[in-house]
Amino acid sequence: MHGLINRAVQSFVCATYGRSCWLSVTQTAGLGFTDFEAMLIYDRDVSLRVLDTLCAKLGRSRDEILEDLGTFLVSHPNTEALRRLLRFGGVSYVEFLHSLDDLADRARLAVSDLDLPRLELREKSPTDFLLLCEPGLPGYACVLVGLLRAMADDYGALVVLSYEGRRETDELIAISLIESAFSRGRRFDLGARAR
Amino acid sequence: MMTEDLTGILERFCPMYVLLDDGGRILNVGPTLQKLRPRHAMPGQGFLDLFELLRPRSVTTIPALMGATDAKLRLRFRDEPQTSLKGAIARLPQGRGAVVNLSFGISILDAVRDYALTSADFSATDLAIELLYLVEAKSAAMEASRSLNLRLQGARIAAEEQAFTDMLTGLKNRRAMDQVLSQLISMQMPFALMHLDLDFFKSVNDRFGHAAGDHVLQQAARIMGEETRGTDFVARIGGDEFVLIFRGLEDKIQLNKLARRLIERLQEPVPYGGQTCRISASIGTALTSQFPRPAAAEILNAADLALYAAKRAGRGEHRFFSRCDEGDGCVAEIGRFG
Repeated sequence: MHGLINRAVQSFVCATYGRSCWLSVTQTAGLGFTDFEAMLIYDRDVSLRVLDTLCAKLGRSRDEILEDLGTFLVSHPNTEALRRLLRFGGVSYVEFLHSLDDLADRARLAVSDLDLPRLELREKSPTDFLLLCEPGLPGYACVLVGLLRAMADDYGALVVLSYEGRRETDELIAISLIESAFSRGRRFDLGARAR
Repeated sequence: MMTEDLTGILERFCPMYVLLDDGGRILNVGPTLQKLRPRHAMPGQGFLDLFELLRPRSVTTIPALMGATDAKLRLRFRDEPQTSLKGAIARLPQGRGAVVNLSFGISILDAVRDYALTSADFSATDLAIELLYLVEAKSAAMEASRSLNLRLQGARIAAEEQAFTDMLTGLKNRRAMDQVLSQLISMQMPFALMHLDLDFFKSVNDRFGHAAGDHVLQQAARIMGEETRGTDFVARIGGDEFVLIFRGLEDKIQLNKLARRLIERLQEPVPYGGQTCRISASIGTALTSQFPRPAAAEILNAADLALYAAKRAGRGEHRFFSRCDEGDGCVAEIGRFG
């Protein structure tokens, strides 16, 4: 699994539960090192072992933790660069949702060996959407639920999100837009480079 | 087509267009272009009063501009901030003037910051937003790579500091020598230590370059490896300085033969890149049996003095350490003892 993904998990754990929690997770999981390198590729088993160890340690389900990870990625100052990259997707939340079709390509454009599963947005009505998430990265849909929720906040949109489970091979996320300009949201200046 | 129809299309597709009359006066501009100078309405101004044309250099007048329909225009604002722009001009039929379409080109990064532009300021087909995305994405990725490189470099330096091998020749290094010496001495194992210095090495470096010098060092290291036993120890301890340690060997005749053989082989010409490099070697040897209580520094110093004596005797010589080497008064006698 790409180092960026492992690194995201590490940042999340350190920022949310503290560095000591992370160190104990790496030890219990038998990693043999304490820090993931963002630009190296790791064995998938290693990443999954870390996640399982974390779940056991915190006594929380994997889905819950991954959803929190998704929220963290957009809302924490440490990952401001990622929030900005996502905001390039569109000027409104709905435009952003449509840009998710290109997310895998956008990611690859930035980091050529970062393979994310493809996403497809189905528009059931102007306010009801279904996001189809292709397989390939276990737990990706759960991360997306957290991420989409935090992005709604970022755009100032009011939405209801739910993970609808699996249909055939794809995982489904239902998105209902209650109000697109519910709050002012957070600013996004094209020219203000992160950090 | 009526001018109103035309401006409707231009507003939608080219938010940085300029509509000119035949005299070069601005009739209308796109909303994004006007946003760059919010205090002064652009319509009514002269095009060349507002912009300075940088290329093509031959274009300095309105008639020349009107004729430059094949050219890529480079221009910039006359007032601050002098954002540079690129553009192209197309004439309208029946002397109704011309349209200039402008774009930021590479100045876009500064422009979005200086003018607080948003995605609404670019046409739907403009790649500006994708470009900005790419710049940020690549900078973030580059930052991650850079920090990895820095850490790897740090780890490499740390590893090199702990290494016992000379990277260039594959021989042991000074660190390893220090360790072996202290081991042998603490075990009270008798040994002979040769300090070998390559002669004329500097001139090889100067005449043929460092690559040739490196090659000569590698060849010299190979020869030293071939002329010694597996239990002997060979280290490169400086640029062209080597130390050879022979465990349990204190026979001066045998050591002298070994040293002569080393010198002889090191004098063999080394071909490199069509050139022939010639070096020689001087060797000084000290034995533990020459000291009542041998210490590493003492033996090294003794071998060094013997090497000095060998060098004084001319290049390509071998000398054993003699007690006389230590006192100034004896130095002159080296030749006799040699």
